[in-house]
Formats: sequence, C-alpha cells, structure tokens
Amino acid sequence: MKQISQIAIILLISFIGEVLNKLLDLPIPASIYGLIIMLICLETKIIKIEKIEKVANLLLELMPIMFIPASVGIIAVGNEVKNIVLPISIIIFLTTIIVMVTTGKVTQFIILKDRCKKE
Amino acid sequence: MKDILCNSSYFGVVISLIGYSLGVLIKKKLKHVIFNPLVVSIFFVITILLVFGIDYNDYSKSTQYISFFLTPATVCLAIPLYIQIKLLKKNFKAIILGILTGVLSSLVSVFVLSYFFGFTHQLYITMLPKSITTAIAMDLVGELGGIKNITVVVVILTGIVGNIMCESICRLFKITNPIAVGLAIGTSSHAMGTAKALEIGRVEGAMSSLAIVVSGLLTVVLINIFTGFL
Repeated sequence: MKQISQIAIILLISFIGEVLNKLLDLPIPASIYGLIIMLICLETKIIKIEKIEKVANLLLELMPIMFIPASVGIIAVGNEVKNIVLPISIIIFLTTIIVMVTTGKVTQFIILKDRCKKE
Repeated sequence: MKDILCNSSYFGVVISLIGYSLGVLIKKKLKHVIFNPLVVSIFFVITILLVFGIDYNDYSKSTQYISFFLTPATVCLAIPLYIQIKLLKKNFKAIILGILTGVLSSLVSVFVLSYFFGFTHQLYITMLPKSITTAIAMDLVGELGGIKNITVVVVILTGIVGNIMCESICRLFKITNPIAVGLAIGTSSHAMGTAKALEIGRVEGAMSSLAIVVSGLLTVVLINIFTGFL
C-alpha cells in the first residue's frame, strides 16, 4: 500500500505540471514545473521525503531505460540528415566537451577562490 | 508473424528491456565506457527492428508506457536536489555563474560552428538548444521554427556523448570538485549525463539534476538573443 500512495503523489505532481504547461503560454515542459513543485513541497515539508523516497529512487534508477524509445528514433530521421551527418556530429562532439569543461572549470575556480577568501 | 510483432503492446518494451539488461551485463564483464548500457540497448533494438522489418512508429507506440514514466522520473530529480540543498545555498554564486557560463558557451559554440559549416537558419535553430533536456528543447525548437525530429536526435546524441565521455573529460581537465563535476555533466548533457552523475556520487547527481533545470530555464531566456545571428 505504501508504494501506491508514493506513486499517487508523484503522478499528482506530474499532473499539476501538465496543467500548468497547458495553462501558461511558456515553452516550459510539464516535467520542469513538476520538478520545481516537488522541490518546494519537500523544502516546505508539505511532503516528507520518506513519503516518496522509495518509488522516486526506483524511477531514477530506471531513467536510462526511458530514453531508449526516443533514441531509437534516430532511424526515423535518417534520410533527412544524410548529407549533414558529419558537421552535425562534429558540433555535437565539440560543444558537449566545450560546455562540460567551461562549466566545470568556472565552477571549480569560484568555489576554490571563495574558500581561500574565507580562510 | 510480422503483424503480431508490429501490433504487440509488449514486444517493443520487451526488446528494450532485454537490450538494456544485455548492456548492463556486458558492462559488468567488460569494464569499458564504450559499453554503455544505453548505447548497447539502442543498437540492440535498432538491429531487431531492422531484422524483423518493424516500423519505428509501431515500436514507438508499443513503448509509450516506457516514455510515459519520463515526466514522473524527471519530477523525482527533485529528491537528490532536495537532499543536497544546503550545498546549493552555500555555493549559490559559484553554481549560478558556472551554469550561466556553460549555457553561453553552448550557444556561442553552436553559433560559431554552424556559421563555419554554412548551415541554414532553420538548421542553426534546430541545433541551438542541443545541450538541454529533450522536453524543453523540443518545445523551444517548435516555437522558433526548427526541425523537431532532428533536435530530438541531436539532444539524445549529446546526452550519449556526455554520458560516455564525462568521467574521462573531468579527469583530463582536472575537474575534481564534486559540485563542479555535477554541474559540468548536467549543463552539457542533461538527464542522460545525469544518469551517469548519479552513479559517480550523490553530490554529483544532485548538482547535475540542478544544472538540468537551471540551464534549461536560462537557455529559454537567452536563446532569443542568438536566434537572429544566423
């Protein structure tokens, strides 16, 4: 029974996210509204973390599986991108690394600098 | 036989789960990053679909219940974030500035490379939100007039590249602080990278989840400045 109420809470918040997505004219998906609402509910103790933890952790563990169907969609757009596969691949590869390195380095630099200042 | 496979409610789910289990098994035996369970399962499913001549749309319909859980699962990213919220408050400045840098470098590098390759405006728009989570990227591209189908694939490939490369890249560039590692992964490769960040550690996972939300929202705001460049 405990799991059922956990599922219910998580789906209820997903539903509220869906409603907000439909009502508000912003390009923000339901999941992001839901995430923010869930965080607010946890932070204000409206929902205690023990009340959702079990199912939430299971869903997080299964998350990679949820990307399989969309990823397989690669075969559906094959013809459209045939001629631009190389440039697109280069962009994907390079920008991912650039973003990773700049974000990581800048964050690390600021954290270390702040720590030095405090000491 | 083909009809049964195409109209089955379970076949697509079953091959996806078998593919993933196979990936986990292979990864356990051959400890190499290339054997990422997600990549293995994608190849497995594509092979099965091609061998049996099953249309992608039929597969997609059969797996709608897997995709159904993506929104609730994304909502649950709030849990690792909540557990680490003290860390967020303590390092607020570093976190916001770090993610902002990442978002800007993503938009700038896509612009520079698209210009270099002589992309059309539509293709450029299609590529712009490549580092953010699929759901936001699709909505954005739809609104800006890009090609949604390509965006989805590009976003997913970005996630796969991030998921596979993040550990080596962070090691190579000496990004060792757990907060910095998490933000680097989440900002560059959204939820698919985050799946890896959760494996690396709790702080990394939480920061990566945070980065998905913040970088997604910042991109929504900042993308309008970049759309007119090409």
